[in-house]
Amino acid sequence: MDLKVNDYTTDDGLTVINVEGEIDVYTAPKLREKLIDLVNKGKFHLLVDMEKVEFLDSTGLGVLVGGLKRVRAHDGSLELVCTQERILKIFRITGLTKVFGIHDSIEEAQEKRKGAK
Amino acid sequence: MATVEVSFSALPVHVRTARLIVTAVARRSGVTETLLDEVRLAVGEACSRAVEAHRRHCPDEPVRLELTADGRRFEAVVSDSVPGDDAAGTAAIDPAPAVPSLPAGEPQYSEDAFGLGLADDTAELGLAVIAGLADDVEIETTPKGVQIRMSWPIGA
Repeated sequence: MDLKVNDYTTDDGLTVINVEGEIDVYTAPKLREKLIDLVNKGKFHLLVDMEKVEFLDSTGLGVLVGGLKRVRAHDGSLELVCTQERILKIFRITGLTKVFGIHDSIEEAQEKRKGAK
Repeated sequence: MATVEVSFSALPVHVRTARLIVTAVARRSGVTETLLDEVRLAVGEACSRAVEAHRRHCPDEPVRLELTADGRRFEAVVSDSVPGDDAAGTAAIDPAPAVPSLPAGEPQYSEDAFGLGLADDTAELGLAVIAGLADDVEIETTPKGVQIRMSWPIGA
């Protein structure tokens, strides 16, 4: 299955990226390009919705970490929405649960963002 | 003799095919459904690493995947043709970087880990994933290439 990547920006300036499909060595460049494109357009607060991601490997993790580096350079943020145990397990194995903010829903991420402001 | 042997061109798109094959053979061999995700991901990681190594050093050489089941364990071996770190000093010119030893336990990345080049080293992340998912892993680096051998119990 190919990777589908779409985005929209909420009223409070959070850019939500909906990712659907498999993120691997073949498809990860598409996500990388999207993240770079958004940062180039001045979108520095990103939320990647991974609820429809069916597969994620280390190439995908590398792209997400790369995106985090880019937005952090602009005092931005890159957080995730993910409740799938098979995907969360990969973040735990690699220790990246300590690096990314991971939320149960877009609404929860937005609420926490409001609280932090 | 492996149950199934596959050679595939070192192209990212074929890693997905390799994942499909390993999942099908593992299921047929009796690996439980709960372990299939782990088998698929770990073997996919090993194939991705091999494909990237081939693309840098020998893009025309195929990557080899061997799958074997002996009734008690299911074993997957991913072999590349990129000369590794050669203790005898006979490695070809421009050898691939040596495969680092498998990380023990969960990697401890600091908050600033992403500022230290972590994103540029997905190979290390890949090995961490393999080590975390495979029941047993052996990495052999020889002048002929790197072989990652992973296995899981059958019917456990």
